[in-house]
Amino acid sequence: MRTDMPRAGLTLVPAFALTIVLVVACALLPAGAVFADEPAAPAQPAQAENAAGKMAPGPETEKSEPVDWRKWSAQTNISNTASLQRGARNFVAYCLGCHSMKYERWSRVAKDLEIPGKELEQYLVPPGDKASDYILSTMPDQDAENWFGKAPPDLSLMARLRGPDYLYQYLETFYVDPSRQMGTNNLALPSVAMPDVLSSLSGLKKPVFRTVKNAAGQEEQEFDHFEQIAPGRLSREEFDGFVRDTVNFLTYVGEPAQVQRHAVGIWVVLFLLVFTWFAWLMKQEYWKDVH
Amino acid sequence: MATPRDYPMRAPGDPLPDPTPVPRKGFLGWLNKRLPVDEFIQNQLTGYYAPKNFNVWYFFGSLALVVLVLQLVTGIFLTMFYKPGEATAFDSVEYIMREVDWGWLIRYMHSTGASAFFIVVYLHMFRAFLYGSYKAPRELLWLIGMLVYLALMAEAFMGYVLPWGNMSFWGAQVIVNIFGTIPGIGPGLVEWIRGDFGIADATLNRFFALHVAAVPLILLALVGLHLVALRRTGSNNPDGIEIKEKVGPNGKPLDGIPFHPYYTVKDIVGVGLFLVIMAIIVFYTPTLGGLFLESANFEPASRVSTPPDITPVWYFTPFYAILRAIPDQRLGALTMLLAIVAFFFLPWLDRSPVKSMRYKGWMSRTALAVFVISFVGLGWLGMRPPEGIYAVIGRVFVVLYFLFWILMPFYTRMERVKPVPERVVYHAH
Repeated sequence: MRTDMPRAGLTLVPAFALTIVLVVACALLPAGAVFADEPAAPAQPAQAENAAGKMAPGPETEKSEPVDWRKWSAQTNISNTASLQRGARNFVAYCLGCHSMKYERWSRVAKDLEIPGKELEQYLVPPGDKASDYILSTMPDQDAENWFGKAPPDLSLMARLRGPDYLYQYLETFYVDPSRQMGTNNLALPSVAMPDVLSSLSGLKKPVFRTVKNAAGQEEQEFDHFEQIAPGRLSREEFDGFVRDTVNFLTYVGEPAQVQRHAVGIWVVLFLLVFTWFAWLMKQEYWKDVH
Repeated sequence: MATPRDYPMRAPGDPLPDPTPVPRKGFLGWLNKRLPVDEFIQNQLTGYYAPKNFNVWYFFGSLALVVLVLQLVTGIFLTMFYKPGEATAFDSVEYIMREVDWGWLIRYMHSTGASAFFIVVYLHMFRAFLYGSYKAPRELLWLIGMLVYLALMAEAFMGYVLPWGNMSFWGAQVIVNIFGTIPGIGPGLVEWIRGDFGIADATLNRFFALHVAAVPLILLALVGLHLVALRRTGSNNPDGIEIKEKVGPNGKPLDGIPFHPYYTVKDIVGVGLFLVIMAIIVFYTPTLGGLFLESANFEPASRVSTPPDITPVWYFTPFYAILRAIPDQRLGALTMLLAIVAFFFLPWLDRSPVKSMRYKGWMSRTALAVFVISFVGLGWLGMRPPEGIYAVIGRVFVVLYFLFWILMPFYTRMERVKPVPERVVYHAH
């Protein structure tokens, strides 16, 4: 109809060609290349430092600033598959007794975390459950309510609800409190109903408070630091790594698609940028005769 | 490649050739005898002249249409797996996120699209403020646009309830209760909206019906009317000059260019840029730090546990902040209503002899700046608990917000305006 139509077609040819190339490239890329995980790394020393330095500063640092546990970061990395695998192991060993992940299937964990089917059945799936089952605890809610006063929440979405940092702070700040029913309390979640199930690993710690004046001039007790009163099976660095792996796993379960999301996104954005560039060239071409 | 045939040499300002349809043969000829395809394209696109001086602000109209289509398409796919109902809604959304192939992508496109819709519409409205696009002869265009905005608010609110998270539930509680402040009929009205004595299964199901059928139909009808009204008056432009007043020998505006191909190819660039930003959010930060998807909504609705702070999604927060700034609940609801209704009177509040901010005086410019700051400021405050200094700032913004509207008839008449040129200002790139 318009004599100048052919040039639009010519400009679009490279755009279409590039689209096809990009789509084919995405389709042909082996899953392994897209979901490339980092080499297995144990708890990073740099991460462990955070936890190691925050407990019992010792007499010479008595006057130091109080430990601000609210600022601790979980530093999760869901592309670290080894860490996620350890987190899954930790979850099965220490959380699954009471907590379910009712939206996540064992087989999905195996697929995303690259756990071979045999090992999944052998080490993770409870006897009697199938790989295609959802991750469910066997503890009846009614029993849990009788024992703890509250049914343990489902953990599928806990990382999305509270954030990984909160989960990390929560798991790191259990302390001995004889006034509580379970003998333990928590800084991140005061009067927590959950017992300190990780105490055999972390050992027992006692909080040391200091007296400060609040804005109204009244004296208040403020947390200063933890004092280790009984050793656990893990060193501080090891325990810190244990918690980080577990939180990392919870973060993955919160949104299993996130690894795929990050991998695909870059191609979509690149395609759109190229498309927009060609669209811009086409616009410039058409607008040459507007004065 | 440029042959003289491709580029008929024309002096600047010469009328563009009129693309008269060639009589068709074969199937297209058969088709056009029965359906006015060519005629429609010629009347509405190739023969419809739009001002040539549109700037980036004019992308947002076509973008709003793109987002509308995006929401309709992703929404249709979501309904294939979403199951309304108290016992199934939350689980079905997680099912979409985890077990439906690419379900997460469709859901994130829809949730990001909701926010994108408001961003685009707010910028589209700001464009109207900037260039006086609501002034005569486009008052009705503006009013229909405002109705689109209201329908969009209803659509977004009911859509937010559907995942049946805890913020869905408590947000619905707060917003539906606003209707309870209406004297007399309030309590009965609230019960009628909810279909129960509290936000419940019946509420969720009717919101689903309204969200996927009733309101989208209204939205489409209103958007259609908005376009028809736009076609009648033609677009305004950054200079606020009516291009129809200066026509060439062919009867077409001298400062106009055919919508197609010029603005179709230009709008594709806008759509591309928009989709780049959209994709970055969808793939890399779909919750946008709790702004687009609130973390409290990852917990199923619970009648016994209230989220720490009940705040609506960002696009409602300016009005929510106005509601909370007034200590009395009923007065607060009334003030909020006025804050929305004020927009409808804009074409008659602005008494300026010129349309565009380019030729208005310092008073109009200052007023618009203050208005934008208070609107954005209220939006920011609406996400925070209304305590201490926040409550004070909130009230200051509310006063400034309403001063913008109340004083508009005065400052727009009092100020000295600049002379408006005869023809639009356009610099070829």
